[in-house]
Amino acid sequence: MGALKPMVKIYQKEQSLSFFKIIKESLQDIYASRFLSRQLAERDIKAQYRQSILGIFWAFVTPLATAFVWIFLRSSGTVEVTDTGIPYPLFAFTGTLLWSIIIESVNSPITSTNSSKSILSKINFPKEALIISGAYKVLFNSLFKFLLLLVFLFYFGVGFHPTLLLFPIGIVIMVFVGNTIGLLITPIGMLYNDVAKAIKFGFQFLMYVTPVVFAIPAKEGIMKTIMEWNPFTPLILTVRGLGVGNIPADLTYFWIVLGGCVPLFLIGLVFYRISIPIFVERLSA
Amino acid sequence: MKEVAKKNEILVEAEGVSKKFCKDLKTSLWYGVKDIFANVGGNKKERVLRPKEFWAVKDINFQLRRGECLGLVGHNGAGKSTLLKMLNGLINPDAGKITMRGRVGALIELGAGFNPILTGRENIYNNGAILGFTRKEIEEKIEAIIDFAEIEEFIDMPVQHYSSGMKVRLGFGVAAQMEPDILIIDEVLAVGDLGFILKCFKTIDDILPNTAVVFVSHNMPMVSRVCTQIILMEKGQSKFQGTDVSKAIDLYYSRFSSNEKNEIFSDGSLSLEEADLLEAVNIEGVSTLKWGDDLKIHFKFKINKKLTSTPRFNIVLLDKEQRPVAILENNNKDSAISFSENSIEFIITHKEIQLSKGVYSINISVSKKIDGRHPLLRINNILSLQISHPEEVWQPFLLKSKFTEIN
Repeated sequence: MGALKPMVKIYQKEQSLSFFKIIKESLQDIYASRFLSRQLAERDIKAQYRQSILGIFWAFVTPLATAFVWIFLRSSGTVEVTDTGIPYPLFAFTGTLLWSIIIESVNSPITSTNSSKSILSKINFPKEALIISGAYKVLFNSLFKFLLLLVFLFYFGVGFHPTLLLFPIGIVIMVFVGNTIGLLITPIGMLYNDVAKAIKFGFQFLMYVTPVVFAIPAKEGIMKTIMEWNPFTPLILTVRGLGVGNIPADLTYFWIVLGGCVPLFLIGLVFYRISIPIFVERLSA
Repeated sequence: MKEVAKKNEILVEAEGVSKKFCKDLKTSLWYGVKDIFANVGGNKKERVLRPKEFWAVKDINFQLRRGECLGLVGHNGAGKSTLLKMLNGLINPDAGKITMRGRVGALIELGAGFNPILTGRENIYNNGAILGFTRKEIEEKIEAIIDFAEIEEFIDMPVQHYSSGMKVRLGFGVAAQMEPDILIIDEVLAVGDLGFILKCFKTIDDILPNTAVVFVSHNMPMVSRVCTQIILMEKGQSKFQGTDVSKAIDLYYSRFSSNEKNEIFSDGSLSLEEADLLEAVNIEGVSTLKWGDDLKIHFKFKINKKLTSTPRFNIVLLDKEQRPVAILENNNKDSAISFSENSIEFIITHKEIQLSKGVYSINISVSKKIDGRHPLLRINNILSLQISHPEEVWQPFLLKSKFTEIN
């Protein structure tokens, strides 16, 4: 249609293209398919809410329920947690809501790709649009979680402070990091169901070594070490800090995680692009 | 426009294209994991078959220019769809090279991306986006699409309440708006009513002259109607290739020819003893008559239960696609049928057969009375015969005719 240059496509086995060329093509396709990504996200969001009465409520249920359980455990004295520095309910709510955003973004690439299996095997379109539309969907749900968090922040008396303006950016970063991890596991995850199951299973435990419902223990020990090394820790701590207004003093690890995700995301794109035909070939209906 | 100059350019080129598949899923998945890593590193090694693999497509070569139509025919599992997927860039060949010059449109799945809960109008955007339209283009074309699909009234209804024909119409309506240089068609037009199918063919006919078309079909009359060249595939390989479309179609049919009689019904009172085609020449195992010869068939039945009167014989000729093309006149009271205590025997003749070149089969049904009720026996495919003629036509009859001058 709009393209003026003659489109010549060559398909052959030799993947002699350089890594950088694939990245370039991949990014070009992301740009070229921006309408498609939006349309796909719009389609899924609309369809999801048109068939539901409670709608967005379902996005909150799990994180809020987890938070309530912990608030109850703590207030009833069943468990004792390290002092969090802010009202505990606020700590728990921010923790579980942010954690749910991470989980959703990790799962997003694999879910979007798998749900488009039937189209993938029949129509040639820029596959990257699936990743981007997945990210849009996560961001859409996150928007409501963000608004809910704002309510909590004001309810627990944190109020407005300048870093609050960076809070949304923090959430976008979390989605980016989550998507990067998701994208890296997608090629294998599309071939084997085990990956998606392992992720679901693993993240249940991962939550307890991340300061989601309790803070990093002050006492030296194995838990403290694991939590400090866990790359999700700086993410949760920093983004929660942006919300409640006490950003951790040392942001080095946060920047390392974020900085590391940029090349990893690009590598993920290359693997994704290469693995789609293999996926279609082996599992297309 | 440079269109005229480009008339002869080669748009699709396949050079030694091969693809292998794996028979076992577990192994296939594991190979998949290995391939992902190998391909990221640049996998230039020659691909050989690993255990449990086979060539689904092997060494296919062709060139297709603008205005030409390539028909891909073959049995189920011959590798046609795999080849289409490679042409469409969905999967990569394991050997060889495919070059596609221009915009590719694929009519493989109509209505891809439809979400059943959303309305027809919303789904036009979804499907359009997947086919590569921009929002602006869809907005410009949406009225044309709705008109084409003829579902104005239901356009704001969820697609899940559409009939399958309506869905296909809407899907084709969107796809028809593509202006491709190369069009790939896999049997998608099977659904939909006749009016719509005719409309689709008209659309395809309109775009044919400016497009290179690759057409997969089991519908041979359709193939002979549109295709300028043909590849008959068998077990992934090209069995026949060229511009002689009718020859390929003959070959395709000959793969199916089974000479098995098929008794559909019998009440036990009659059984067929003999059925021969008289004065026919045996060519490669098929009884052959020249066009214009007399068709003479000798029948002999054994009577197992006593019959009160001469039964009626209904003899039908069918073409290669099992469509009845002709029926021989029934017997009446005056027919010369020798009817004895335990057998019935006769020869039926049709003078100067004018069926066109091809292979035909014969079915017979016998019923008790002249009025045709009470079936006694029905046998399909009792004989097959071939009509030979130098000229190949796809219509079932080549009728003798004469042109005269007017003076």
